[in-house]
Formats: sequence, structure tokens, C-alpha cells
Amino acid sequence: MNLNATLLGELIAFTVFVLFCMKFVWPPLMNAIEARQQKIADGLAASDRAEKDLALAQDKAKDQLKDAKAQAAEIIEQARKREAKMIEEAAQKANAERDTILAQTKAEIEAERNRLREDLRKQVAALAVAGAERILQRSIDEAAHSDILEKLVQEL
Amino acid sequence: MAAGEELTLSGHIQHHLTNAKMCTVDGSVVFNKACSEAGFWTWHVDTLAWSIGLGILFLWIFRSVAKKASVGVPGKLQCFVEMVVEFVAANVRDTYHGKSKLIAPLALTIFVWVFLMNLMDLVPVDFLPAFAGWVGATFFGMDPHNVYMKIVPTTDINMTAALAIGVFILMIGYSIRIKGVLGFIKELTLHPFNSSNIVVQILLIPFNLLLETIALVSKPFSLALRLFGNLYAGELIFILIGAIGLAQLPLHFVWAVFHILVIVLQAFVFMMLTIVYLSMASSDNH
Repeated sequence: MNLNATLLGELIAFTVFVLFCMKFVWPPLMNAIEARQQKIADGLAASDRAEKDLALAQDKAKDQLKDAKAQAAEIIEQARKREAKMIEEAAQKANAERDTILAQTKAEIEAERNRLREDLRKQVAALAVAGAERILQRSIDEAAHSDILEKLVQEL
Repeated sequence: MAAGEELTLSGHIQHHLTNAKMCTVDGSVVFNKACSEAGFWTWHVDTLAWSIGLGILFLWIFRSVAKKASVGVPGKLQCFVEMVVEFVAANVRDTYHGKSKLIAPLALTIFVWVFLMNLMDLVPVDFLPAFAGWVGATFFGMDPHNVYMKIVPTTDINMTAALAIGVFILMIGYSIRIKGVLGFIKELTLHPFNSSNIVVQILLIPFNLLLETIALVSKPFSLALRLFGNLYAGELIFILIGAIGLAQLPLHFVWAVFHILVIVLQAFVFMMLTIVYLSMASSDNH
């Protein structure tokens, strides 16, 4: 073997390299690696959490949607009921009004007819009296036969 | 031509397997062959330059990524660097159960640095040595055969031994820190054989000490020699393939593809064993 002073030189170089590596190379690299591992772990945990949150939010949204739908259906149902009620009320009111108007009209018509009939009877009586007067002008005394005429007028 | 080195195959291989040396003789800096008598105080400048250069490359890349490491979406380079860091960190977590600020960066440094040094093995064997020879001849007026350039630092036993010794020192340090000096001595002397009879126990102590010391010392040896042996053999085969002419191309390809596996595996094994040894050193139960 050919051992010589080179060995001492290499020993010193080795020591210096290892010390340098220990002081200036290993710690920053290891710190970076470990910090990144931590960061990745945190990121994964956060994403898990976010996923859970998302599922929760989706459930909540679904519930809310369901509630809203039920509420809307209820409102529509109420509106429909109210609509029906309003229509019914209106129909009732209209019917009542119609009945009133009808009755009134009937009464008016009746009154008018009575009046007309009265008029007519009076005119017919007058006419009949006038006719009879002309026919019986000379023979019949108006005063003597007025009771008969009255009777006639009554019968018309 | 340099003396004693002919233009033969063995000369060529020898040239490839020789480090560029530097030493001081009589107060002046001299290189290579002039250093044959320098003994221990010889520096392999190519090993030092390439290994330190690659180590700085590694730290520069990783530091520049670490400086602007973002917690958000990482860039491509940051992704790659973090992948390597995560890989090392996972291995450390699985194997080392104590608390230590040092083990993981140590494992990362070993893994990437050894990998980069091994990676130099995939650079075609003649490119950089030939370039170094050309530079030496052109700019410094040297004989190109006297310019040595071994670009794979892990094929130098000094390199691997330095790593292994560093790990060994840490092993002893951790043993003493976790178990205390007494605990460490107990571990070396009271295992694997112990007895409730004090006399027998005392008789067993030298035997235990011998066994445990061998077990302890064999760890850095195996670390250093495994890496060195694998890479040296791989490099040698590259050199041999490179010496056989045109037929080298398909062979080179096959060996290089296989070697991609070897260099990663060796870097990984060195890192893994380091973690295992340090984890053994820090655990109380024997």
C-alpha cells in the first residue's frame, strides 16, 4: 500500500465537507422538504374539510329548496281557495242583485199593467157609454139608466 | 522518455495507475519521480485536486439549491436534489434510530461525493491523462510521459482510507459519547464471552479484547478496501480494454454500462455501512 500525506489532506477535506454539509446544506433542504410536506398535508386536510362543507351546503340548499317548494305550493293552494271563494261570493252577490232587480222590474211591470188596465177599462167604459149613448140617445135617459151603465163598466 | 518506463503495454498501464506526486526535497518542491524517496510526506496532487474539486462541485450545487429552496413548487434541480436528500434521509431514518444532527449530512456527503468520484471512472481513460500530458508538454516543457494524471480519486487508497478513518473516528466518538469510556471498554472486554465467575471473566478479557478489537478495526479496513478494490479493478479493466485497439469500442460500452451500476452501488454501500456502523456504535445492546 502506498499511504502518504494525501490521506491527511483528504481527511481534512472530508471533515470540512461534512461540516459544511451539516451547517449549510442539510438544514435548509430538510426544512424546505418538511415545510412542503406540512403544507401538502394541510392542503389535503383543507380540501377534505371543504368537500365536507360542500356536501353540507348542498344538503342545506336541497332542504331549503324543498321548503321553498312546499311554501310555494301552499301559497298557490291558498290563492286558489281564495279565488274560488271570491268567485262564489261574486256569483252570490250577482244572483241576489239579479233577483232584486228582477223582482223590482216585475213589480213595476205589474203596477204599469194594473194602471194600463185601469185606464183601458175606463176608456172602454167611456167608449161603451158613448156608444150606448149614441144608440140610445133619444130613448134612454142617462140618469135613469146610469145604474145599468155602471154595472156594465164594472163588468169590463 | 522517462527512465524505466518503456512504450509497452505494462508501461502504459503503469503510467495510468501512477498518481501525480508532489513533495519537498531539500526545501524545494519537486514532482513525480523525484519524490520516490520522499516517503510519507508525498502528496498525490491529482487525487487531491479531483476529489476536492468534486466535493466543492457537490457542495456548490447543493448549497445553491438549499439557499433558494422554496416551500412551494420546486424547480427541476431542486426536485432532483430533494430526491437525493430524501433518499439518504429515508435510509438514515430506517437504520439509525438515535438522534444525531451529524449522521444524515455525513451520509449525504459520503454518498454524493463518492458517487461523483466514482463517476470519473466513466470518462474515457485516455482523455484527461492525454490532455494533461499535452498541457505539461506544451506549457511547461515536460516530457508527456512524465506527466501523471489519475482522475478517479477513489482508485487511490489514500482517498478511501481517509474516508474510512473519518468514519472510524466517528464510530469511536459515538461509542464513547453514548456509552461512556467505561461502557466502551466494557464492550471491548466483556463480550462476546462472559462469565459470572470473576476469575474466569478475567481470564476471558484478553481474548475478548482481541476479538472485539479485530471486529472494530476490520470495519474501516473493509470500508476502505472495498471501495478502493472495486474502483481500482474497474479502472484497470478500462485501461486494459483501452489498450486492445479498435475492438475496445463495444467492450468499453458493455463495461461502462456495467460500471454505472458498480459506481452507484459502491457509493450506496459505503454510505449504508457508515450508517450501520455508526448505529451499532450508538446502540447500547450488544
